[in-house]
Order: sequence, then structure tokens, then C-alpha cells
Amino acid sequence: MSKVVGIAVPKKDGEGMIKGKPLYTNDMAMRDPDALVVKIMRSPHPFARIKSINKSVAEKMEGVATIITHLDADVPRTIYTRAGQGFPEPSPHDKFILDEYVRYVGDEVLAVAAVDARTAKEAIKAIKVEFEVLEPVLDFEKAEGHKSVIHPEPEAHEMFPIGFDPKNNLACSYSCEDGDTDLEMSKSEIVVEDTFYTQAQAHYCAETHNCYTYMDGHERLNVISSTQVPHHIRRIISKALGFDRSRIRVHKPKVGGGYGGKQQIHGEMLACLTTLRTGKSAICNFSRKEVFESTFSRHQMRIKVKIGANKDGSINAIDMNVLSNTGAYGEHALTVFMLAGGKTLPLYIVEGQSKAVKFGGKVVYTNKTPGGAYRGYGAMQGNFALESMMDILAEKVGVSPAKIREINMIKEGQTSPLFKLMGEGTEGKAMNIESCKLDYCMKRTKELAKWNDESQVIDLGDNKVRAQGMAIAMQGSGIQDIDMASAVLKLNDDGFFNLLIGATEIGQGSDTILSQIAADVLNVDVSKIIVYSSDTDTTPFDPGAYASKTTYVTGNAVIKAAKAMKAKIESKVASLWNIEPKNVEFDGQFIKSADGKNSISIEEFSSDMFYKMCGGQEQLMVCESFVPEVSPPPYMVAIADITIDKSTGHYNINDYFATIDCGGIINPSLVQVQGEGGLVQGIGMACYEDVVYSAGGQMITNNLFNYKLPARKEVPKITVEFAESYDPTGPYGAKSIGEIGVDTPMAAIANAIYKATGVRIKTLPLFPEKILLGMKNR
Amino acid sequence: MKLDLILNGEPKSYLIKEDEYLLDVLRNNGIASVKRSCDSSSCAMCTVLLDGKPILSCSFLAARAQGKAITTVEGIKDEVAEFFKAMNQEGAIQCGYCDSALAVTVYAMIKELGTDLSDEQIRHYINGNVCRCSGYMSQMRAIKTFLGGLK
Repeated sequence: MSKVVGIAVPKKDGEGMIKGKPLYTNDMAMRDPDALVVKIMRSPHPFARIKSINKSVAEKMEGVATIITHLDADVPRTIYTRAGQGFPEPSPHDKFILDEYVRYVGDEVLAVAAVDARTAKEAIKAIKVEFEVLEPVLDFEKAEGHKSVIHPEPEAHEMFPIGFDPKNNLACSYSCEDGDTDLEMSKSEIVVEDTFYTQAQAHYCAETHNCYTYMDGHERLNVISSTQVPHHIRRIISKALGFDRSRIRVHKPKVGGGYGGKQQIHGEMLACLTTLRTGKSAICNFSRKEVFESTFSRHQMRIKVKIGANKDGSINAIDMNVLSNTGAYGEHALTVFMLAGGKTLPLYIVEGQSKAVKFGGKVVYTNKTPGGAYRGYGAMQGNFALESMMDILAEKVGVSPAKIREINMIKEGQTSPLFKLMGEGTEGKAMNIESCKLDYCMKRTKELAKWNDESQVIDLGDNKVRAQGMAIAMQGSGIQDIDMASAVLKLNDDGFFNLLIGATEIGQGSDTILSQIAADVLNVDVSKIIVYSSDTDTTPFDPGAYASKTTYVTGNAVIKAAKAMKAKIESKVASLWNIEPKNVEFDGQFIKSADGKNSISIEEFSSDMFYKMCGGQEQLMVCESFVPEVSPPPYMVAIADITIDKSTGHYNINDYFATIDCGGIINPSLVQVQGEGGLVQGIGMACYEDVVYSAGGQMITNNLFNYKLPARKEVPKITVEFAESYDPTGPYGAKSIGEIGVDTPMAAIANAIYKATGVRIKTLPLFPEKILLGMKNR
Repeated sequence: MKLDLILNGEPKSYLIKEDEYLLDVLRNNGIASVKRSCDSSSCAMCTVLLDGKPILSCSFLAARAQGKAITTVEGIKDEVAEFFKAMNQEGAIQCGYCDSALAVTVYAMIKELGTDLSDEQIRHYINGNVCRCSGYMSQMRAIKTFLGGLK
């Protein structure tokens, strides 16, 4: 067998998807014409208390099956978090299934289930709800201590200490320090300090958030959902509804994009309630407007960064302080905020090199759409601030943007005190960096971009300037000591294997990559691995698709499972041949004895295991789990190359160069597209994506007329390469690729704009008018 | 009301409501490749061909398709089989949600403009086809491989 790892194996599910087979949640639901359609009445007010609900007309309408409100006896008043995280969640429990309070425009008031969408919508129009309108908290910088308390309910609580203080509108707060930061700042020859603002960003998953529920023949509740976290969904639904977990199955079919947007509960709870109440199947498909207004967006942040350095540019200390806006509910509030520092500062806070670091801040509630998980997960926000500051520092020191990073960036074999200090919502764990090719990435990206250390600007005449800007980034690979992933391998007759994994394929290619790993260890063709993922009844546990974890964590579990399967085959054959297992070898095609006397093909052996009438038949099956002890960071260096028209502030991205160290590469095509796709999402955030609200708290950017996504003409070229790298803890040396791509464009493009115009934009997005105003006001 | 059209070469007759969009009529009748995404004619994931020209079925009243030929990816599988392969080889099919509509649009582009196309011509023709996963480069590589094979 030729190796299958390191080869661009086509995705196993790719052609099925492009051919338009019915593979997504709603494709399945549309084959059930008897299913009830669930529609949700949503709050028109940013903050209000429901005084009364009159549903007398609606409930008599033909075709209306049921109306669900917070007053109903079968709607439990349990408080929970919709964040799809491990248990106990680091997010505060601050959400009722339905509540008398509505906390943002788009919050759930009640739900109607009817025979079709048209009837459900008509019924919602016929329901009269009287609100007591309350004063909303809309400015996140004024939220702490505001006289309006967004979560007055006594049931709201934290699962462990996270600085939860709802009376002051604080979802959480945190601070940590290594060394004496203030002292090191005072001793530093150069100190730079500034404040940056990052905006909320919408995920825009191509498929809206859909689910389909029904009771099966065993009277069990089945939930088909476009989710990234099936196992968490089962746990959360069971706890919130008080419904026996053994009677819930959650299954994820194909998912039309996630990026973190589906790492939460969405319509599942109300669809489940409909099915439990009526016994009928139910479909809850969110409209695009609902996805924009009533799911989640990236946490808006204000980030203050202060760097103390010596005249030669070497950094003594960094102080980062963050204010994060989690909106109406605290999903992922603590962890996203912590990673703003945790996945950026270790780039430059290096043991034996820098002297001190301080990180801290608060996450506030406001009456806006909740913040949630989103690719980059805080690192992206922190990166804009820190990497903008690095260019400010470089100018002050009088060295090039590349040089300031080369002097300070972490190197292979080093460590950062922050790894021990900060984890994801908890204390972290010391970790030596076993693979870090930032030096190669720097050298190669400079070559690709034809970077000039002396000057990054070329005057093209006619008011046009071409300029380059740089940023570097890191991320993680799973969450050490918390993420457990597992894999089952089962041998079938005729010598093929089922690979059962809880890992959640959402388009990133994990089904294919994990199959490649299993095939490689077993030395069989990848077609012999039949992969099935994310069904809580039949696949083993996996947290889901998040935290850049699947290749690294689940990949390691698959290696263990495949090795165990190989050993199991050899041991079984040894017992049949009455020889020691160590004298038997499975080479992918044949099982042979070391003396060469015995040999049997895997096809024949596996068929014998089911049908040979001589005793000894056995289903060979293994299950292995993996818990990572570290979370090795992938790294990258990026250079944005732009041309800007100084008479208008308008700029084009000529090319975006990036070299990524994501460790060993399992599938070159899939890793390439993850890198490229991440960059374009980051370019969107940098240049124009912006969730905007009216003065009254209504989201204005709730459709694609007002919310701008990158189209292909705006990003005609990006150039992504990979460093040769191998992390000894990773499967085939792999680290992660899922998130890191989004991190750099904000700072790299802002730094290029500064080089071209002298205008330092500190508030995203990098709109041309901000550049023009900056030039005029100088 | 009754709607008669030619769907992927076969005459079909559907009972529809006057205000139904073509997207819903197609999906309600088993065409799963046509996807609703932005719901405001801005993303092109609902693209089908009307007498050979791409239209956005999410905002096209089904009644307007009376007597017309509608083509979805299910109807051109053989013609674009090599495009499917090229897309998959490039890793360009990520979440997969936008890809059937892209295949339909690329097919229409070739019918309209031929196979000898510059990058700018290709980008211009399919600029409305939004993809949130891929970053577009891999789609471009696959289209060029496909066009190269047709020459």
C-alpha cells in the first residue's frame, strides 16, 4: 500500500454534496410533509418584560397545533447556557427556555407550531403580547453598573468562579499577572500604549440554523440538527427539559457551514418541546433574518495594549486589558475574552526573554444579540490590537515591522509563562513549544511578498500608493486535559472497516482526514474505511467541531484505535494458529506468521470471523480515547499587499501572502483551502463586515443588502504556503489549521494602510472613509 | 394554480400557490440541490437555469416559469462530472451548500461564453456566487482545470 497521509485524497462526501443529494437537515425534513413547522415570535424591544399574552384567536386558527409560552406548565423554568461546551461550562447559566423578560431585539417571546409555515406566521400575527418596555443597555462601555440590570433573575449563576456579577451587568471578569508589569514598564526605555476596538461579525453560514425532531418507534426523541456539537446538545436538552437522556438521540447530517456559529443551542429546544407536547415531528428552520438577529455574533471588544521595550526593540512587558460585549446572554463570554490574550501574548511573552505580563478585563451584558463562538475565538480580536501595537513599537524603535517581530517572537524549544497562567476559563498548564517555524514562515513570506525591510511603500503616482503590512499569529490545537475524543473501528467481512467517530464533519473535511489516518495506520486503501460521524446513539463521544481540535485530538484517538485494531487482528490470528502474537504481522493485505509458513488475506480472515463453522468466530471491534496533555499552537506570518487611492481612501488587496506552520499535513488540498478560506473571512472582518444597530437597538445589518461578505472580485488573489513542520505530540506531526487563518488580516491590512497614508485606524472595520478622514484631519 | 414546465428535460405539472417562489416549488418536489441561504437574491445558492440562463429561484415567482425549461444540477450531472471531480480534488467542496449552484452557473457560463476565458471573465460571470468557506481560490483552480479538459 502506498501511504495515504500527506496525499490530497478527495473528500469522501464531496461529490455527494455538489451533486445535490438530500444530505442536509432540511433536505431530510422536507421529506416529512406531516411535520409541524415551528415559528418563533421575537421581541421588537431591546429590553422588556412580558405583561400579558393573548393567544385566544391564534389557538383557534385552523392548522395551529400548539403555542408555547413561558407560562406553560410543561415549559420547565430551568436556567442553562446555550453554549456548546464541556460540563461544567465556563459560561454563566443565564438563559431560560422562555422567560418573562426579553433582552434584545430578536429574543424569543413564544413559539407557534402549525401545519405549515404560512399558518404559523399568521398565528403569530394574531397573538397579542403586551410589553413593559424597559430602558436598554446599548453602549457596552457604559454597561457595568448601569441602572438597568439585564439579568435580575435570582436563578442565574456561574458553574465555578468566573467573576459573575449580574447586578453590575458583568458576565465575568478575570485578571492575571506574571512578574511585576508596572515596574518593568517604568524601567523600559520605550513605552507605547493605545486602545483598539473590534466589531461584532456575523458568521454567515450558508445553511441557516435548522433542526428537525420526531419521536421514533421506541418513543425516543430524535433531533436532527445542523450543529457542531451533537453530544453537548444531547446533554443540554436533557438537563434543560428534564427529559431522560437515554431517550434522546442527536444526529448531525451534512452541515452547511459552522465557523462556531453552530456551537450553541438554537431552535432545538422549541422544536423538542413541540414534538414532546404533540407527539408529532417538528421542523424549526431559522430565516436569514433570524440567523443575523437571533443567533450569535463575534464578541465586540475594546482592547488596551501597553508594551514596554528597550531601545533595541526587545520587549520587557506587555499589559493587555479587554472589555468584551457578550450581548444579552453570556455564551462563551469568559473563554473568548481570555483567548484575546491567551492566544496572542505568548507570541512575544517568552520565558527568559520578556520580564512581565499582565492580562485582565471584564465581559459585560448589553441588550444586543449575544456574542458566541466564532472562528478565531478572541485570538482574532487580540491579534488586531497586539499586532497593530507591534508596528507602532517598530516605528518608535526605528526598525522594520519584520525586525521587531524577529527580535521578540517565540522560537522552537522555548515556552511562555502564560501557558501555565491561562487556560480556557481555568488555570492553564506549562507547555514547551516543540514545533515553531515562525522563523521560516517569516523568511518565506518575505520572499513571496518581495518584502523590503527598508520601505514598505511604493508611490505609483496619480495619488496611488502601494504598501505592505505584516502580522503574525498563533492559535491552539484543542483544549488540553479537557477535550476527550474517541474512535471505534469495526472489522467487517471481506476486509473493510467502519470508523465511527463523534467528531463533527461540518465541511472542513474531518471525515476524510480521520479516514486517511485510520487507513494509513492499517496500511489499507482509504476506500476500505467507511466513516460515520456524529450520531449520539452510535458513535462514541466527542466534544464536537471547535477549538481547532479535530485533526489533533480526534486524529490521535484514531491512531490509537487503528493500532489497537491491528493488534487485535494479529492476536486473534495468533490464537487460531497457536503461536505468539508477536510472531504475527498484518500488513494491510495479508496476516502472516514470522516464519512465513502461514498466511491469510484480510478478506478471507474477516469473512471467517463471521461465517467459518469451526468456532472462534468473533466481531473484532476496538474503541480508543485520547485526551491531549498539551495544545500545541500553529503559527503563521502574513503580509497584506494593498494599493490605495489617497484621493478617496479606497484600497484594493493585490495579494495576501501567508506561510503557515500547522505541523504535519494530512491532506494538502484540504489544509490549503482551510488556510485560504480562513484568510478571506478575516479579510471580510478587516475591511467591511460590521454588525450595526440603530440607536434604538434594532440590528440594521440583518440581511446581505446591508451586511457585506467578501465576493471573489474583492479577493482576486491570496497566496498560502505551509512550513515543513512536525509536532511530536500530533498525529503525523499535525497541529491545527481550522482557525488560525482568520487572525491576521485586520492588523496586516491596518499596518499597510498606515504605511501608505500615515493613518493609524484603531477601530475596525478599515473603511475607506476612515482613511480619508484620517488624512484630512492630520 | 397549475404550473407546467420542463424540469431537467422532463415535462412536469405542479399545483402551486400564486405567491410561491420557484425555489420552494422545486424543493417541495424533491429537488434538494437548490438551496435557500440569504433569502434576498444576494448569494446565488438558489441558482437554476431558466431556458439556459441563470436566475435566482428564491425571488423568482414560480408562476413566471410557466412553459419554460428549468435546469438544476440534477439535470446536467454528466456534462459537469469532470467539474465535480476537479472541485473535489482541489478540496474546494467544503460545506457543500453553495457548490451545486456554482456548477450550474459554470455550466451556463461555458454555454454562453465558451471555454477560452480569462480569470477576469470567469470572476465576473460568477462574482455573485458567494462562498463563505473556501476563500474562492480553490474554486478558481477547479474551474480552470475543468475548462482545460474541455478544450
